[in-house]
Amino acid sequence: MISFRMPSLGADMDAGTLVEWLAKPGDKVKRGDIIAVVETQKGAIEIEVFETGVLDQLLVQPGTKVPVGVPLAVIRDEGEAPLPAAVAPIAETPITAAPAQAPEAAAPEQPCPPPAPHVRASPAARRLAAERGVDLHRLVGTGPGGAIQLADVEAAAAAAAAPARPGGFDFTQMRSAIAAAMARSKREIPHYYLRDTVDLQPASDWLARGNAERPPEQRLLMGALFAKATALAARAFPEFNGHFEDGAYRPSAAVHIGVAITIRGGGLVAPAVHDAADLSLEALMAAMRDLVRRVRAGRFRSSEIADPTLTVSSLGDRGVEALFGIIYPPQVAIVGFGKPAHRPWVVDGSFAARTIVTITLAADHRVSDGHRGALFVAEIGRRLQTPEAL
Amino acid sequence: MTENDVIAAIREELARLAPEIEFGALDRTADLREQADLDSMDFLNLLTALHQRLGVEIPDADAQQLGTIDGAVAYLTRKAARAREI
Repeated sequence: MISFRMPSLGADMDAGTLVEWLAKPGDKVKRGDIIAVVETQKGAIEIEVFETGVLDQLLVQPGTKVPVGVPLAVIRDEGEAPLPAAVAPIAETPITAAPAQAPEAAAPEQPCPPPAPHVRASPAARRLAAERGVDLHRLVGTGPGGAIQLADVEAAAAAAAAPARPGGFDFTQMRSAIAAAMARSKREIPHYYLRDTVDLQPASDWLARGNAERPPEQRLLMGALFAKATALAARAFPEFNGHFEDGAYRPSAAVHIGVAITIRGGGLVAPAVHDAADLSLEALMAAMRDLVRRVRAGRFRSSEIADPTLTVSSLGDRGVEALFGIIYPPQVAIVGFGKPAHRPWVVDGSFAARTIVTITLAADHRVSDGHRGALFVAEIGRRLQTPEAL
Repeated sequence: MTENDVIAAIREELARLAPEIEFGALDRTADLREQADLDSMDFLNLLTALHQRLGVEIPDADAQQLGTIDGAVAYLTRKAARAREI
């Protein structure tokens, strides 16, 4: 028997709300299957299972918020006998039940809702609730004995009037998650920063030639070249590709590039493209398109959030010249690409108008020094000079 | 395919990418990507959707011509008419 636990999806997460089970007891599951959806500050995340076996019992009901590490379900080996039902512990340590305004998909269907209990509320609160269409049964009162007061109704009405959450994102939560991770990063990680400018004309010409023949769905973007060049360079510079946890640095053999993706309306996430150095540019581009699509829709997978070993942030062609990133813990580096720009540039001793780009590196001084950082950045720039080899 | 069909296609595909944008409020002669805050991937997805939906070839070199709504309507209407003649 193995416990399937609430995973930690990043440095900033201490609990999550189970939104939905995507598998039922008796189902065979294998490593990588998505079996649950969990609501976190980053939005709804599809949770993958790491074991192979049979889902034996679900321990937590949808709508329950539980801390990281708490068992959500029991998985047994295929040969093992099922647990007797009576043994099933029910959500040992739920913090709180999710509020009733949780995403609708989360609410288990109840053909016959139980009769509503009597609600204690002040007359002013009842009047306002009736005016604004607020259901008192759904509120938690802050008054004496849990009575609902005017302020509780006002807060609920304001929340209901707030803009809907496109793609399941709660922007206030998202902002707190970013703030927590970035504050921790700046507090714990002694950053150093490097910047270089490289000729992007060869890559830009190569991209234009290739794209000229392709229909839009098969075209490549410069961002894919940036991610690939960084992933290939990272193989030779293990001190920028890994995790610093519990006082020690563990370089990663695999290169999982976290791709920074902005979310419309505010916020960003940097989920992983797994084994980016091993993918062809076409496959990498397809993976990035798929990630962007799913991030915008508010659905990505637990491994994509937890696995990045190095982040790449690319401003694209509407932005500024350079960006200086903040490392996302427990990673130890972030590579930034500015907006490609047309500039006078010296080629073979003469001025020429060229497309150039800045590459920046923010890295962790606990793990590396500027000297190695400089070589790493130079290697990324060098690889961009031969795009056909990416 | 009339100009109105093309406008409807652009409006609907744009709404998929940028649901909060009010199409009627956009300046049709100004840079669409700036107004709708479309990044490179969004814009490529818009071209992909219009190409597939309208059956019009949009070579990469012509992408700039779809940088405004008016430009995109003119380009796609013209190309669709030409495709019909052939």
